[in-house]
Amino acid sequence: MKIDLIVNKQKKTFLIEPNEYLLDVLRRYDYQSVRRGCDNTSCGVCTVLLDSKPVPSCSVLAIRCEGKEITTVEGIAEEAEKLVHYFGELGADQCGYCNPSMALTVYSLKQENRNASVEEIKNYLVGNLCRCTGYVAQHEAIKRYLGDE
Amino acid sequence: MEIKEFLKPKSLDEAFEVLSASSNNRIIGGGAWIKISLKKVDTLISLEELDLNYIKEENDFYEIGSMTSLRDLEVHDGIKSLASGILSQAISNIMGVTVRNIATIGGSVMGKFAFSDLLGVLQVLDAELVFYQMGIVSVEDFVNMTKIPKDILLAIKIKKQTGKAYFKKIAITHLDFSILNMAITNSKGLKIAVGSRPNIAIRARRTEVFLNGKKAITDDLINEAIDLAMDEIKLGDNSRGSKDYRELLMKTYLKRAIREVI
Repeated sequence: MKIDLIVNKQKKTFLIEPNEYLLDVLRRYDYQSVRRGCDNTSCGVCTVLLDSKPVPSCSVLAIRCEGKEITTVEGIAEEAEKLVHYFGELGADQCGYCNPSMALTVYSLKQENRNASVEEIKNYLVGNLCRCTGYVAQHEAIKRYLGDE
Repeated sequence: MEIKEFLKPKSLDEAFEVLSASSNNRIIGGGAWIKISLKKVDTLISLEELDLNYIKEENDFYEIGSMTSLRDLEVHDGIKSLASGILSQAISNIMGVTVRNIATIGGSVMGKFAFSDLLGVLQVLDAELVFYQMGIVSVEDFVNMTKIPKDILLAIKIKKQTGKAYFKKIAITHLDFSILNMAITNSKGLKIAVGSRPNIAIRARRTEVFLNGKKAITDDLINEAIDLAMDEIKLGDNSRGSKDYRELLMKTYLKRAIREVI
């Protein structure tokens, strides 16, 4: 069947099966920044924004997204650049596998609460795992990013 | 998971008709746990076009549409102040924000998941479920039903209430299901529920009656109440924890909980 999605502000038609998840469809159509991790809603590397809210694309049926707006990290490129700058400055990443999902979730936090404390940042990012860094430098980098105009 | 057909009904009549047409037709809530709960479905029914995503504040109660996301509930000012914010607090302990953005309160209830952190909280809040066919059913009666009814959950009603409350989820990490959870409110009397035992959350009715009959609750009475609760709340083993471990947890946290809410 066919569905229309608005991906990074561009309307596109996708051929899907009723049981396909958004992650599988996006990757099949070469949105490779949407990563596959646990595939069971735990790790967060498959995060995209669905109508501006971060969601685990591995657990959202693509068919339910008909007509909705999907944003991958390419859709927030300017903001992601800013975050990456602070990540680099503080040595807050290593392999980078979680960076696109982290950027999308942190961007969403910025829309909700620019003054988030480190504790609030930790709580917001519970569902976005990073296996390299130990998080301390990330949280500091995110705090600086949130304060960035 | 196999899905033959997907349907977004335009009316409740249509949704119920399709739901009733086959035992393999199912309603999907947010879909957060669909991978672990559904294997084969003929028609998957999504209620998102039926205006069931809302939180209404009335004079003496809140009405929450079944398609409301857990995240919307968690951050709602009224829910945050309801019974010391116990529902909001319990929701904030479920996975991460991304999952709470898709999971719905209706799906969390209708799944009747044994690990649910919310079914105990809703029971101590004396919440009521509004069904399309069955009408109003208390969450406690729903939990005690042997089968999940073939009906459509429209909304959840929770009376406005103040008073102290305590919620505890014991899990290895934030992303794990509870080994045990506990919800207690003290609004016109103590109400206690224990869940993920590993079975579904239930009220400790005899313990509540015992405690609510006392003028002052001393440590000796709390110890008696814990013995009573250990007798009426049956615990068991599963991969997340042994019965012995759960017993230790329940004794420890029930004492803390009662002390905190009296």
